Amino acid sequence: MLSPGLLLLADSRLPAGGHAHSGGAERVIAAGAVHDVPSLERFLRGRLHTAGVPAAALAAAARAAAVDESPGWELLDEEADARTASPAQRAASRTQGRLLLRVARRVWPAEALEELARRTPSPHHPVALGVAAYAAGATAGEAALAAAYHAVSGPATAAVRLLGLDPVAVHALLAALGPDLAAVAERAHPPGPHPPGSRPPGSWAELPACSAPALDLLAEQHARAEVRLFVS
Amino acid sequence: MRAGAAVGTAAGPDGRTVLRRLASAPPLTLRQTGPHTVHLVSTAAGPLGGDRLSLDLDVAPRTTLELASVASTLVLPGRGESELLVTARVGAGARLRFVPEPTVLAAGCAHRLIVRLELEPEASVLWREEIVLGRYGERPGRCRTRFDATLAGRPLLRQELTLGDPDLDASPAVLGGARCLGTTFLTATAKEPLVSDGLAVLPLAASGTVVSALAADAVELRSLLERGERAVSGDGDDTVAGRGRGARPGVR
Repeated sequence: MLSPGLLLLADSRLPAGGHAHSGGAERVIAAGAVHDVPSLERFLRGRLHTAGVPAAALAAAARAAAVDESPGWELLDEEADARTASPAQRAASRTQGRLLLRVARRVWPAEALEELARRTPSPHHPVALGVAAYAAGATAGEAALAAAYHAVSGPATAAVRLLGLDPVAVHALLAALGPDLAAVAERAHPPGPHPPGSRPPGSWAELPACSAPALDLLAEQHARAEVRLFVS
Repeated sequence: MRAGAAVGTAAGPDGRTVLRRLASAPPLTLRQTGPHTVHLVSTAAGPLGGDRLSLDLDVAPRTTLELASVASTLVLPGRGESELLVTARVGAGARLRFVPEPTVLAAGCAHRLIVRLELEPEASVLWREEIVLGRYGERPGRCRTRFDATLAGRPLLRQELTLGDPDLDASPAVLGGARCLGTTFLTATAKEPLVSDGLAVLPLAASGTVVSALAADAVELRSLLERGERAVSGDGDDTVAGRGRGARPGVR
């Protein structure tokens, strides 16, 4: 059965500050490259298949390692850093990770979350999401799916607010991305038998590292923008 | 076709760099063009689908190597995927400039480009990659890239790109319709991020910098990348030590 914890983690009403981030949507809208539902779809699909992939993979890796007593969070943190070339995106990821970790420690108290907070007080968001998924009783595959969904749900909601789009049309678009979400989660955490315990640290090096040059540019432009509604 | 070419440097008795190894393997033919400069000369078409090519660079501690190419690389279709694997080990205090001409993805190609860059402390590297999506008016084939740079075993940068999927190429999140993209990885760390139209200078978390550019054509792409590189190292030449990093972008 689907884990109820997954529903809470993926819910945009989880008070973890996600509403303050647009994942590049505000800047791409300001530039005029996204202006309606079809152009938003091209943006979200591109975002999901690039930034969404390492996010999902890191979340699944963190979920898998969370069963360990000392999972080596510093090493996974370095791997997340190495996959995030843009300083603005690193900052946005750590801000959201810190807020999610704070909320998760109160909602699903667990030693794994305390260990993460001791090692990396401001973890990257996918890592915080993976350990929160463990504390909430969700599987690694579910953590990957939640991270993939997070890669598009925030930007989609931001676009509704910024462009005054029909929210039903945008939700239809998110629904149409369903097969893509499943494919990204599956690539991040291939199905099959997974022995319990963390993956050997060396294998973290091989996790997907898909990047998106335009998202990097948008993130840095946004960090310098004088007028903005969203943090990222 | 399977072929593996290699370059290796050593420090000579007077401390100057000598090329101790220069192994060509057509289509990857190497020519020494300067005391520590090697040019890649294509002596066959391609890579073609099915080719497995590798280039191995071994830059010994405190030596210098510059690798360039005389022409762009045109990746052509064939039987299955072509692959170019470039591995480079850069020793302590060594300097490497990797500045080949662009890779052009011809229609129907399926290419895999893998770079593994292993650095030791105080290594100084400028590594430029430029990709052009098809010749003039041509729809590009497909290409998957992976770049991994580590310093003493710790990750500095890991990046993958998937190119030639029309939906992703056109996505305003990915290439935004740009036909040329380029990345320069530098071990020098930019003081601060910098961004302008089509160009971002991104200081990495551990150390080093990525210059990332999107452009309509290869000339504009090179000009953007060089501007970004100058902004990082002050004068655009990462192998010149002792120059300040204070120069403004675009100002020599």
